[in-house]
Amino acid sequence: MSEHSDASDGEYDEFLDALADGRGYYYACSNGHETVPPRQVCPHCGDRDLEREPLPETGEIVTHTTVTVPSPRFADEAPYVTAVASVGPVRLTGIVRGIEPDDVAVGRDVTVTVESTEAADDRTIVFRP
Amino acid sequence: MSKAFIAGAGTTAFGSFPDRTGRELFAEAGRVALDDAGLSPDAVDEVYYGNFVGTLAENQGHQGPLAAEALGTTAPSRRIESACASSGLAVRDAVRAVRSGEADLVVAGGMERMSNMGTAGATDGLARAADDLFEIRAGVTFPAAYALMARAYFETFGGDREDLAAIAVKNHDNALANDHAHLQESIAVEDVLEAPAIAAPLGLYDACPISDGAAAVVLASPAYAAEHDLDAGVAVTGSGHGGDTMALQDRDSLATTPATREAAVTAYDEAGIDPDDVDLAEVHDCFTIAEVLALEGLGLYGYGEAIGAAARGDTRRDGSLPVNLSGGLKAKGHPVGATGAAQIAAVSSLLEGTHPRSDALEDATVGVAHNAGGTVASATVHVLEVVA
Repeated sequence: MSEHSDASDGEYDEFLDALADGRGYYYACSNGHETVPPRQVCPHCGDRDLEREPLPETGEIVTHTTVTVPSPRFADEAPYVTAVASVGPVRLTGIVRGIEPDDVAVGRDVTVTVESTEAADDRTIVFRP
Repeated sequence: MSKAFIAGAGTTAFGSFPDRTGRELFAEAGRVALDDAGLSPDAVDEVYYGNFVGTLAENQGHQGPLAAEALGTTAPSRRIESACASSGLAVRDAVRAVRSGEADLVVAGGMERMSNMGTAGATDGLARAADDLFEIRAGVTFPAAYALMARAYFETFGGDREDLAAIAVKNHDNALANDHAHLQESIAVEDVLEAPAIAAPLGLYDACPISDGAAAVVLASPAYAAEHDLDAGVAVTGSGHGGDTMALQDRDSLATTPATREAAVTAYDEAGIDPDDVDLAEVHDCFTIAEVLALEGLGLYGYGEAIGAAARGDTRRDGSLPVNLSGGLKAKGHPVGATGAAQIAAVSSLLEGTHPRSDALEDATVGVAHNAGGTVASATVHVLEVVA
């Protein structure tokens, strides 16, 4: 959360812009590891040779939780569902919207989008049906 | 590998003390530990102090010198921050200092003050143990992170909320004899299952409380202990530290904790023990599922096999491997930066026979303390053994 009006989160913001435009990407290193931006090196092996590969726009929920006691930033959003979804060869963490909490299930297909969060001047990854 | 003798240990009571400053809490723990060792502050060569959110909770950076002053010395000091593993790591670095021969006598400990932040403030502070870009912005609170792991565990290995509830019931029951425990309250499985949800599948009684408190241990080199005729019957004989990716999404499995395994392998190897040799363990049960993940990471159970340990009775006081006899983080409380050192203090006193739950043990000589940071992106494991 940047307080300086001109500051950004660098490649993280670039990544979200790309995701929002349907041009999401991930990094593949030359040793076969895949990872989510922003990265300068592969976190698994230190390889600096990272290739941008296109990220699918859909994924599958791997695990999820319904948060009823939020941090202040998300006070207006609770209860909400946070999930980890496998998207292509990587995993993303996001908020699930458009699905009732009781209907969220492991294995469920979701579409990856980027939306604003109510409580803060922030964007976040969102999973929709 | 040489030993680091535990010359003394002390903790404050753990609980909600919004009117006590961090420096006051650590002064009390340090005084008890130094008195237990029979030493004065001028004997201390170095201070290793664990703290997580003091920069937010008390508006205080550069806490090392304050911790040393609270002990009554201006000896060189440093604050170590590794989220909930802060003072496990403080103990480990203190052990390394003693073993290297650079220091003869050190104090390792930690403190956390959180109740003055309120539940929302503490929730916000604790969430910072997760990855800001990848997790916090996606609404991951600390309980939510462990809930994600709990559901992944159930999916991978099976188990349910009732299995987890048995862990909460066990640790609450153990804390009934511990007057320093934050929660001295007997609970039943139904209480856990019917408690309000925090982050499903975890509810209120699956979670440790938001605690204030401090802990300190005095560590001595074998030469110093002999020269000063210290009464130290327990020593740290193995110390390990493991790491993993910060964010859950970057791990191969969300149902195992390789950082714990890495730390355990190092610690057991240094001590020359196997998991079978362990008589008791204090493990990092910030949430009920965390005790399961810890026992499997420590190799005390195979993967997928610790989920039923409390329900079966294995890890209860009268079981084959008592776990969290102190009450654990779950009931003893979890003043984050103090927890790792408090576990060392608990294992030490359990082995010495001076803990209120020592009577559950028969001829125990080997204990393990396991401290985890974040979603176990950091873990420390210490082996303590009776040496005199």
